[in-house]
Amino acid sequence: MITQKKLSTKIGIYCLLVLGVILSIGPFYWMLIGSTLPSGEIFHLPPKLLPGDYLAKNFQSLNESLGIAKIFWNSIFIAIVYTIASTFICAMAGYAFAKFRFKGKNFFFFIILFSLMIPFQVTLIPLFELMVSFNWLNTYQAIILPSLASPFAIYLMRQNMQAVPDSIIEASRVDGAGELKIFFSVILPVTRPALAAVAIFQFMSQWNSLLWPLITLNSKEMFTLPVALSSLIGMARIDYGQLMLGTTLSTIPIMIFFLVLQKQFISGILGGSVKE
Amino acid sequence: MAQAEKIAETTANIRVKNRKYLLTPKSAPYIFIGPAFVFILIFTVYPVISSLFLSFQQVRGVEKSFVGFANYSRLFHDPIFYKSLLNTFEILIIQVPIMLFLAVLIAVGLHSSLIKAKAFFRISYFMPAITALVAASIVFMILLDEHFGLVNYLLSLVGIDSIHWLTKPFWAKVSVIVVMTWRWTGYNMVIFLAGLQNIPSELYEAASIDGAGKVKQFFMITIPLLKPVFIFTVVMSTIGTLQLFDEPFILTHGGPNSATMTITLYLYEQGFKFFDFGYASAIAYVLVLITALVSWIQMKLVGDIKE
Repeated sequence: MITQKKLSTKIGIYCLLVLGVILSIGPFYWMLIGSTLPSGEIFHLPPKLLPGDYLAKNFQSLNESLGIAKIFWNSIFIAIVYTIASTFICAMAGYAFAKFRFKGKNFFFFIILFSLMIPFQVTLIPLFELMVSFNWLNTYQAIILPSLASPFAIYLMRQNMQAVPDSIIEASRVDGAGELKIFFSVILPVTRPALAAVAIFQFMSQWNSLLWPLITLNSKEMFTLPVALSSLIGMARIDYGQLMLGTTLSTIPIMIFFLVLQKQFISGILGGSVKE
Repeated sequence: MAQAEKIAETTANIRVKNRKYLLTPKSAPYIFIGPAFVFILIFTVYPVISSLFLSFQQVRGVEKSFVGFANYSRLFHDPIFYKSLLNTFEILIIQVPIMLFLAVLIAVGLHSSLIKAKAFFRISYFMPAITALVAASIVFMILLDEHFGLVNYLLSLVGIDSIHWLTKPFWAKVSVIVVMTWRWTGYNMVIFLAGLQNIPSELYEAASIDGAGKVKQFFMITIPLLKPVFIFTVVMSTIGTLQLFDEPFILTHGGPNSATMTITLYLYEQGFKFFDFGYASAIAYVLVLITALVSWIQMKLVGDIKE
């Protein structure tokens, strides 16, 4: 009797979980299929469940209307440069907050906390004016530089570096290592998991970001993928095959990245807020 | 001999110690903080202050004139701004509880000892959280198409008439909520799952020895111990919803009839469609005030719980 009850609960839970999985990843499957179909057939009902043969055509027309290779490159370039530079800068700052005593530390930390609390929307208008006065509209640096020093990443690095024992830093100093050497060959290696988490978080947020690139980029050849996709929707006649392929292209790299590094990815996107 | 070696070694050590470095332990922290601080000063602190000044100005092209509280008093009489506030709060109050409820439900199901293939489920549920909001919104825009969309087709199979997802004010809001829930449930689920895994199993064992059933255990042990996780997810979701932009921008462009206009979307329109920088800055500062107020209330609530 008890086992029968247990069995039915088990089946019940499985059914609900599987239903949830279909709802979660069904749209991905449908998107992938859609990218291989001509615009009209995406709306075919009942929906096509197997890929069609229109992928190359969709790619060709997407390339004609947007120059997708350049846009893909823009997204990749911006995200990678941003991730490396931002992780590095934030790690340095986090290290200073975690392991040094110095004049003005509290003041500096207050500024970080302040920037962490303030919604970034409030900076949009003056930042835009700043970009105009630097003549930086439609440039990579306009996307990369303003959010390079992420208060969130600095805070996270500080938390993680506080856990590094002072004794190993002292020991390296006694051994005659300089401050830079300590940072590069002692601190960075031991905080690798935190660095990976921050890097993934930064990469994701830059790769997916819409609002700021939308404001600063208005020439097609500088678009990032999210801006390009949103521009496709604004067109008089939407080609849904193109649109599905564009969406697929913006999702696939992250998806592969995620499937390979799921553990780091999950802790990265959760911002290291969850310890597993 | 050995002694000579030792002396040589110590002198070498001393020499190394006295080598001049670019960075001393005194100057190092400033060098390490320097780049981040300069960037924050230029790209955050300056804009935050400049925005405050702008909100008291009228901007016409390059000309700026001080207008006192005119932008703010215009905001108080702007029906679309009120609508955007109301929409944001409606979405907040409905979407966040639904999403968190689903997230807890899935997390508890996945945590159950009866369930295998946990890794597979976890990955599947987390998948939406890695997609760009733009991509998610586009896919749902097509799925929710009122004439040829898959969702209406599936509903028609169970005898439900086609729903005007994106063109009727009420349903447009529902659509935004659907996309947000799809995108964020798995994210919150993983947080709850980690919270569940941190609850010591001895507590449950002790409770069942005392004769508490599964349901009672859930309400007496699981829910109270998950409280910090609840607070965290509520705070994060609230801040995220106050800044809602991508989904309504792609799905409905704020329409129909401003039914999905949000604070950030309105700021974007005023600032970068009409280039009314003063007015947009005033909107931004109202957002700052609301965020501060909401954070303060939540902090108070957390404090009360702790007491």
